Amino acid sequence: MARIHFTSHLQRYVDCPTREVEASTLGTALQSVFAHNQRLAGYIFDDQQQLRKNIAVFIDGRLLQDREQLSDPLRPDSDVYVLQALSGG
Amino acid sequence: MGATLRVGTRKGLFAFQRQADGQWQQAGEAEFLGDPVTMLLQDWRSGDQYAALNLGHFGVKLHRRAAAASQWTEIAAPQFPQAEGADGPSLQQLWELVPGGADQPGLLWAGTIPGGLFKSTDSGASWTLVESLWQRPERQNWFGGGYDQPGIHSICVHPQASNTLRLAVSCGGVWETTDGGDNWTQTGQGLRAAFLPPEQAYDPVSQDPHRMVCCAAAPQHLWIQHHNGIFRSTDGGHNWQEINSAGPSTFGFAVAVHPKDPATAWFVPAIKDERRVPVDDRLVVTRTRDGGASFEVLSAGLPNPPAYDLVYRHALDVDSSGKLLAFGSTTGNLWVSEDQGDHWQCLSNHLPPINVLRFD
Repeated sequence: MARIHFTSHLQRYVDCPTREVEASTLGTALQSVFAHNQRLAGYIFDDQQQLRKNIAVFIDGRLLQDREQLSDPLRPDSDVYVLQALSGG
Repeated sequence: MGATLRVGTRKGLFAFQRQADGQWQQAGEAEFLGDPVTMLLQDWRSGDQYAALNLGHFGVKLHRRAAAASQWTEIAAPQFPQAEGADGPSLQQLWELVPGGADQPGLLWAGTIPGGLFKSTDSGASWTLVESLWQRPERQNWFGGGYDQPGIHSICVHPQASNTLRLAVSCGGVWETTDGGDNWTQTGQGLRAAFLPPEQAYDPVSQDPHRMVCCAAAPQHLWIQHHNGIFRSTDGGHNWQEINSAGPSTFGFAVAVHPKDPATAWFVPAIKDERRVPVDDRLVVTRTRDGGASFEVLSAGLPNPPAYDLVYRHALDVDSSGKLLAFGSTTGNLWVSEDQGDHWQCLSNHLPPINVLRFD
């Protein structure tokens, strides 16, 4: 099962422990997580159900390729990190 | 007076209370510390409080604290419907939040960037985009003012006719509905935009009202602090008269009107356009008591020059008595006056940049 990790920064706002899901793509993996945590979806996706522009996703150490369809493939043992871009101030 | 002043800043929500001895003190710990608070509402009908956050990476969030509760709870934020294709709108900022009328318990109106008007009939548990305004063809001529996209920052609900709303849009002028949002009319005759080509200067849809407020006791009387100056209406926002002189400058962002006297209003002037600091580096408040015919320049208790404070459009407020005033600046300074602006006391020099403040 792929493991989906969320930035610790998000824990301030919404409960989002690491989840293990069976999914072949990033999109289906995230939908599987959000099915049990709808509030989390609003922190990751915008109104158009697109990845928020300052959210970065790494799959097995590689930045995702398809931000629109989230079609990047997952292996059964993939590690996915959902992170925020850094900002100052 | 046991007044409470709530201050939404770039890094949290702070409360100040007037003590029995007349001193103001910070009350309790900061809430939402570190998070940008862009709008506040204390619903006078229910006592419920609302705070809108703009979390940047994670989007716009809305929280409610019920009147008897001690904790905030995240509730639904307005959300634009999903559009065909990839270019549909997403909420960038919750820029205005007001209660409906006394006869409309649970009804809230929210103005947003991009320029959407949203309605909730269940105290913010769910929101609906007001499509009748969103679909108006004139909206294609709205444009951003300070932000990339246009936004609705002022909503005035008529206190005696709660289906009548007046909106102000940067940049999209003034709009009115008299049937609760089913139909809309562009109003705002007489508003003038010197920043446009001459033939467009009076085009109602091209105006940039920075803030519009309505006198509670005389709701046909409204004031606008416009990008181009100060304007007053005595007919519900249909026609406006430009005020050509108001102390050091007619430019600014904020305006407050006395809740019982429509001829009394306050402004915080600045140098217009690219500088946006007080004129001659001297921070003052201007006040008219005669509908804009004359202005007093108020500075007792405000800092000596140089001061570079700028006051955002929602960061000046007057309480329901018309005596207490407060304003806060982008440099984190906060002042309150208990005599309609004649004298000011500084409550803090060390807050984060102030977005919004409201008396309970």
